Amino acid sequence: MSQSTGRVLGVNGNMVSVIVEGDVALNEVGYITVDSDGEEKRLKSEVIRVRGDRAEVQVFEMTRGIGVDDRVEFTGELLAVELGPGLLGRVYDGLQNPLPELAAQCGFFLDRGVYLNALDRKLTWAFTPKVAVGETVERADTLGIVPEGIFEHRIMVPFNRYGSYTVRQIASAGEYTVDHEIARLADKDGNEIGVTMMFEWPVKRAVDCYAERLKPEDPMVTKVRIIDTFFPVALGGTYCIPGPFGAGKTVLQQITSRNAEVDIVIVAACGERAGEVVETLREFPELTDPRTGRTLMERTVIICNTSSMPVAAREASVYTAVTIAEYYRQMGLNVLLLADSTSRWAQAMREMSGRLEEIPGEEAFPAYLESVIAGFYERAGVVRLRDGGHGSVTIGGTVSPAGGNFEEPVTQATLKVVGAFHGLSRERSDARRYPSIHPLESWSKYRGPIDRGMVEYARDALHRGNEVGQMMKVVGEEGTSLDDYLWYLKSEFTDAVYLQQNAFDMVDAAVDTERQRFAFAMLFTLLTRKLSFAAKEEARSWFAELRQRFIDFNGAKWQGDEFNRLHKEIVSTIEARTAGTEENAEQLVGERG
Amino acid sequence: MRKVYSRIEAIAGNVITVTADDVRYGHLAMVTTRYGKSLAEVIRLDGNRVSLQVFAGGRGISTGDEVVFLGHPMQVSFSDNLLGRIFDGRGTPRDAGPPLEDNLIEIGGPSVNPAMRIIPRNMIRTGIPMIDVFNSLVESQKLPIFSVSGEPYNELLSRIAMQAEVDMIILGGMGLKYDDYLYFREVLEEGGAMSRTVFFVHTASDPVVECLLVPDISLAVAEKFALGGKRVLVLLTDMTNFADSMKEIAITMEQVPSNRGYPGDLYSQLASRYEKAVDFEGAGSITILGVTTMPGDDVTHPVPDNTGYITEGQYYLRNGRIEPFGSLSRLKQLVNDKTRDDHRAVMDGMITLYANYRESVEKRSMGFRMSEWDTKLLKYGALFESEMMDLSVNIPLEQALDRGWSILAECFAPAESGLRTELINRFWPSTGGSPGSVAATAESGSDGETA
Repeated sequence: MSQSTGRVLGVNGNMVSVIVEGDVALNEVGYITVDSDGEEKRLKSEVIRVRGDRAEVQVFEMTRGIGVDDRVEFTGELLAVELGPGLLGRVYDGLQNPLPELAAQCGFFLDRGVYLNALDRKLTWAFTPKVAVGETVERADTLGIVPEGIFEHRIMVPFNRYGSYTVRQIASAGEYTVDHEIARLADKDGNEIGVTMMFEWPVKRAVDCYAERLKPEDPMVTKVRIIDTFFPVALGGTYCIPGPFGAGKTVLQQITSRNAEVDIVIVAACGERAGEVVETLREFPELTDPRTGRTLMERTVIICNTSSMPVAAREASVYTAVTIAEYYRQMGLNVLLLADSTSRWAQAMREMSGRLEEIPGEEAFPAYLESVIAGFYERAGVVRLRDGGHGSVTIGGTVSPAGGNFEEPVTQATLKVVGAFHGLSRERSDARRYPSIHPLESWSKYRGPIDRGMVEYARDALHRGNEVGQMMKVVGEEGTSLDDYLWYLKSEFTDAVYLQQNAFDMVDAAVDTERQRFAFAMLFTLLTRKLSFAAKEEARSWFAELRQRFIDFNGAKWQGDEFNRLHKEIVSTIEARTAGTEENAEQLVGERG
Repeated sequence: MRKVYSRIEAIAGNVITVTADDVRYGHLAMVTTRYGKSLAEVIRLDGNRVSLQVFAGGRGISTGDEVVFLGHPMQVSFSDNLLGRIFDGRGTPRDAGPPLEDNLIEIGGPSVNPAMRIIPRNMIRTGIPMIDVFNSLVESQKLPIFSVSGEPYNELLSRIAMQAEVDMIILGGMGLKYDDYLYFREVLEEGGAMSRTVFFVHTASDPVVECLLVPDISLAVAEKFALGGKRVLVLLTDMTNFADSMKEIAITMEQVPSNRGYPGDLYSQLASRYEKAVDFEGAGSITILGVTTMPGDDVTHPVPDNTGYITEGQYYLRNGRIEPFGSLSRLKQLVNDKTRDDHRAVMDGMITLYANYRESVEKRSMGFRMSEWDTKLLKYGALFESEMMDLSVNIPLEQALDRGWSILAECFAPAESGLRTELINRFWPSTGGSPGSVAATAESGSDGETA
C-alpha cells in the first residue's frame, strides 16, 4: 500500500488537522513527528475524518508541543493489534503497549511516543504442525499448535488472507519465535506468502472467520446467585451493569473475572481508576484458578487505559480487547470480555465528536452513539467454527450513568442491544445489600440453570413482599394483615439468604450451579408453604432465627457435617410450621413432585 | 531575538487570536498591555491563526497590544524554597518574598504507569475521629469532601492541614473568598505549620484562567516533592470553582456543552488531576483531599457526580459534621486492620447503633411511644454526636476508640452493643472508671449521672 505523508495544519486538543499528500484511508494510522525538548518523538494517531486533502486525526498522546507544519507519516495500515501466542497474562494499554515493559524502559511515567512490541519477539514456542504440504487451507484454518499455559494455542492462517491457499512448506516440530516463518502458502495464481505465528488484525473490524453464528443457549456461570438464578447470562451473550458511583460495579466485575466459568477473561479497564486495575494486577498472579490449578493471571489479559491516560486511546481500548477476545474464540474457547466502563468509552467519542464540530445529539453525545454501541456488543456471540468446534465471546459492560439516572443516552442505547440487564441500585448498596443488583428492575432474556417457573415464582414473591413493604410504610405494621406480613417476611428472607452474598466469605463468595440448585430448592420450599403463626411478632422472630441458620448454611462447606446438620435443621423447622401449600404454587409443586 | 506580534485579531472573553508562525500547541506567550504583562497559553492552532488563553483575562487588551511567544509550556520553579511561601495560580508570589525562577519544571505532565502503582497500605492520621476511626484516609488516596456552600469545609481543611501526619501540605485554593484565604494563612501561621506548607491560591477576584492552573501547578510541585521521598497531602478547595472555570472557557471557545453547560471532557479533566494521587514505590506519595461544593445540595450535579466516579469514596459534610452515612473511604479496609484489634468492630458497631438511633428519632418525631431501647439509643446518639462527630473533637485514634467504648458502656449493657464477646472482655470499660480513656469518661461522666 502506498504511504502518504502530510503536514500539520491545526491543533485543537487531541485532534490535529493535517494536509495530506497522496491517499489516506479512514482509521489509517499516522505518526506526527514532534520535537520535544530537542528529542524527536513520533506520536501515534488515527484518521477520523477526511475532507478533500484535509484529514482530521485523533492523537493517542498529549498534543502539547505540536506545531503547524510538523511532518506526519501515514502507515497505510488501519489501527491494528498483534495476534499470536503470548497474549495471555499480559497487561497492555489501549493500543496494546505492554505496560510493565514500558515501565522498565521509562520508569514511573508514561512517556509519549514510546511504542513497544505487544508480543515478545525473543520468546520461543514449541510448535507442532497440523497440516501437511499440499493441503488446501483458508484463513483461520489451523496450521499448527503451540502450548500457551494450559491452552492449546492454534497457529492459524492470518484472518486477512482471503481466498484459498496450498501449503508449500510447513516448519517441522520445534521451538520458534513468533516472527519466525513457519509456513509458506501459495494462492491459486502460485504467488507464495510466508506465514509467521503472529499477524495483525484491524481492531475496528469484527473477526468473521466462522461457519455460522449460533443462538446463545448455555449459561455462563458467574457463581453469583442473583445472576445465575435470577438474571442469567449465556455464553456468547451480552449484559450490562449500570449503576451510580459507589454501587459496586467494579467489585462485581472483579468477582466475575475471578469466578466465571470460562476459559479466558479479558479485562478492559476503560477510563476508570488506576487503583482498581492495580488490585487485579497485583492479586491475580497470586490467586489460583480452581478450574485449572494455575494462577488466574494465566487465563487473563488486561487492557488498561485508565482515566488519566489519553482519551483517544481509551476509545481504541475496547476494540483492542474485543479483537483479542475474538482471536481466542477462533481456537474454540469461551472468552469473557469485561469492559469497565463503557460510559467512559462513549464519553471519549463525545469529546472527539465535539472537536469535529459534529451536530450533537442528546447530552452532546454524537448521533451515531447507538449504532457504535450496538456494533460493539454485536461482536459477542457463539460461533460454529469451520472445523465444527464452538467458541464464544461474552461481553459484559458496566455503564456509569450521570447522576445514577438510567434514562441517559448511553444506558438506553446499551439496553437496546444487550441480553441481560443487571441494574445496580443506590438504595441496596447504601443498605449494604451486596451484590446491589436490583431484583425487581433487572431482567435477562437468557435461560439459566434453574427451572424458569420456580424462579418466576420467587420473583413474584419478591414483588409481592415489596408491595407489602411499601404499603406498610404508610399504614404501619398494625394495619397490615398477617398474610401480607408473611409475604413481606418471605421476600426479605429471600433477599437476605439468597440475593445477598458475602464476597468475603470463603464459601459464600462463589457458589456453583449444583449448590445454587440445592439452596434454591430449600428456599422454594419455604416460599410455597403456607405457614401458621399466631402473631406477627412470633413470625418475625421465627424468620430471624431461620435467616441466621440459612446464612450459616451458606457459609458451610458443601456437603460437610455442618452443611448437612444445618440443612436438616432448616428443613425440619420449615416442616414444623407448614400448614399447606400456597394456592398459586400448587401446580408448580405438583410438577416437581 | 523573538518575534513580536502587534496585531491581535480577535478578543473574546479571555481568549485572543493572533496570526503567527512557528507556534507550538500548549506553549506560552507574553502579552503586554498598558495594564501590565500577562502570560497566555496556546489553546488552538488553525493554520497560522493562534488562539491564546490570557491568564490575566481579556479585559483591557487592545488589538494593538504586543504578543511574544516564549517557546515553552507553562512552568513552575521547584525547590525547597517553595516551603512556607504563598503564590497565585501562575506561580508568582502573593507574599512579600522574592519571585522564584530557578529549576523550572513543566506542569500537567504525563500520567503514572498503572503497572508501577502499588496497593495502598499506610493510613494518614488526622486526629479527627470521624475520619480516623470511621473512614480512614489512606496514603495515595483521592477523596473529595462533598459539601454545601456555608458548611465549614475550609475550617475542616485547615485543621487537616495542621494535624495530618504527612511531611508536607500543598494547598491549592480556587475561587477562594479573600477572607478564606486570609483565614487559611492565619491559622497555619499561628499553628506553626506554615514551614511545611506551600500555597497556590486563586481568589474569587482573580482572572478565571488562573483558577484552571491551580490544580496542575499544585500537583506538579507535589509530584516533584513526592519523587524526592516526601509524603505530600494536597488540599484543593473548591473543585467546583475549577469546573466552573472550565465551563466558562469552553463556552467562550464555542465548544458544544454536554450537561448543564459543562464541557464534554469534564470527567477526563477532573480525572487527570485526581489520578495524580499515587504512592511511588521507593519514594514518597501524593494524597489528594479536595472540596467539591454541591450546588443546591444535589449530588447528581455534574461536578460531584463525575467526581464521585473518579475518587475513592467521599466525605459528606452536613450540618457542620462529617456524616457517617454516605461518607465512605473505599481504601479504609486496607489499613484499619493494622491499627488496633477493636478498630473495625467499633467502627461497624457504633455506626449500626447510630443508624438505629436515627430510626428512633424518626419514630419520636412521628409521635410513636419510645421504648426503653429507644431511650437508650437517644442517649447514645446525643453522646455520639457531641463526643465523636463534632468537628472540634481532636484526639488520636486510640483515644477515640477508647472514647467509643466508654460511650457504649455508658448507654448500653455489653450484650446490647452487638460487639463480639471477646472484644467486650478486653475493651469494655470496668464500672467506676475506665482504663485508658480518662478524658472521655471525665467529660461524659456528668451527663450520665443526670440522665
